Amino acid sequence: MIEIQNVSKRYEEGNRALQNINITIDDGEFVFIMGKSGAGKSTLLKLLIKEAEPTEGRLIVNDMDLQKMPRRYVPKYRRKLGMVFQDFRLLKDRNVFENVAFALRIVGASSRTIRESVPQTLKLVGLSAKYKYLPQQLSGGEQQRVAIARALINRPEVLLADEPTGNLDRGNAIEIMKLLEEINAQGTTVVVITHSHEIVEMMGKRVITLDHGRVVSDEKKVDEHS
Amino acid sequence: MRISTLLYCFKKGIANIFRNIWFSLASVATTSACIFLFCLLFSVVSNIQYMVRQIGSEVGITVLFDEGTEEADILAMGVEIGQRSEVKELRYISAEEAWESFKEEYFTGYEELAEGFADDNPLADSASYEIYLNEIADQNEFVKYLESLDHVRRVNYSNAAVEGFSTFNKALGLLSAVIIGVLLAVSVFLISNTISVAAAFRRQESQIMRLIGATNMMIRAPFLVEGIVIGVIGALIPLVGIYVLYTRASVFLMEKFRMMAGILEFQPIAELFPQMIAVALTLGVGIGFVGSFFTIRKYLKV
Repeated sequence: MIEIQNVSKRYEEGNRALQNINITIDDGEFVFIMGKSGAGKSTLLKLLIKEAEPTEGRLIVNDMDLQKMPRRYVPKYRRKLGMVFQDFRLLKDRNVFENVAFALRIVGASSRTIRESVPQTLKLVGLSAKYKYLPQQLSGGEQQRVAIARALINRPEVLLADEPTGNLDRGNAIEIMKLLEEINAQGTTVVVITHSHEIVEMMGKRVITLDHGRVVSDEKKVDEHS
Repeated sequence: MRISTLLYCFKKGIANIFRNIWFSLASVATTSACIFLFCLLFSVVSNIQYMVRQIGSEVGITVLFDEGTEEADILAMGVEIGQRSEVKELRYISAEEAWESFKEEYFTGYEELAEGFADDNPLADSASYEIYLNEIADQNEFVKYLESLDHVRRVNYSNAAVEGFSTFNKALGLLSAVIIGVLLAVSVFLISNTISVAAAFRRQESQIMRLIGATNMMIRAPFLVEGIVIGVIGALIPLVGIYVLYTRASVFLMEKFRMMAGILEFQPIAELFPQMIAVALTLGVGIGFVGSFFTIRKYLKV
């Protein structure tokens, strides 16, 4: 469960990125966070991954109070989250297999675990045949699948996706969304930050809209493709 | 950190060296130059100390006693002096032995002249001790001790050779410290430069690692490995060079200046080298560690 209680964030320059935000996301939910540029979506994500600290309020993720979390525990906490970015953030000098294995190496997984887990996860995202490819040899959609595989390999309880379809054409964007939905169906909480109304309308999930750092709506859309 | 992570960091560190091969080579070259000079100065200083020890063990102190001192008293003092920790060797020369030695030196060929003293030893009060010390540096203190003893008439010793060597040794030590200090700074700077280039190349990778849960140590470890490996290679090259140079130079110098052979002797390489290996490798690891650790803290805020 993610609980965001009375959270505000003011940057040193004085601009207020978030103002008194209150959001609760249950385990296993699929939530979109929408808003225009500057609405505070990225700031909210930074707070959730503990890249920034709120000026006021509390954030509780899976019973962990992020404000009380010691600095040294942050890497362990981040391993429990899966992260997907708009620009994929893949390592260009490493092939698909190595990019996914990278997340396992960080947690000190054995070679055997890596050999077993990576093909399974690549199969899940439909990239088994391309494990030897370098990122630049793949389409945008495929690169995002690699990023999703990397985010999933440590079996996170929460998957945070920051504009995962921002760099993709419509067809690939739909594919990625379907993949995220499948992941969610297996029990992972999925939080997607987006500004695409089309995707949001199509998916029919809960949508939290931010504007000028405030929550202006929190509603469940009708699932068009169900 | 788990062994598999440690191995991964080590592999990445090695890979980094090859990725920035020219910077790495430049760092290895400077570190090598620094450590080569260090080893050269180390050999010289160590040899001077060795030679001082050699001279020290050959330059003795002679203690002469007051006229009329009983031989039994002299022998008792000999036991006391011989028990001192500074003493390496103590030799008693009785008045008779002193006269025999004198005769041999000055009356060879004119023995009849010495006959006149047959029953009257002119050196009757010249019984003495010849003392050799473990450390020539202790000589002055030891002479003071001897002079403070009862019945001691005179203490003969040589200061010139020892002081000359000691002064030269100190001056050389100081000069070496300055040169090595400058070279160390240059080496650290160059390794730091190599690491900062590597960090810039891998900034994105480090950011990704951080976001998916890598600890600071995991992110920094490959850079530390890179710096330390450069330092170790930078130490091994000059060690090999110095080994070859030293063995050849000592043979060459001894052949070229044969007259010195009886006086001065080079320290055997088997005695010099183990110390030098330890110091040079520590220096290499130290340069690599300092150069990389502080750079990575500065350039890779994680």
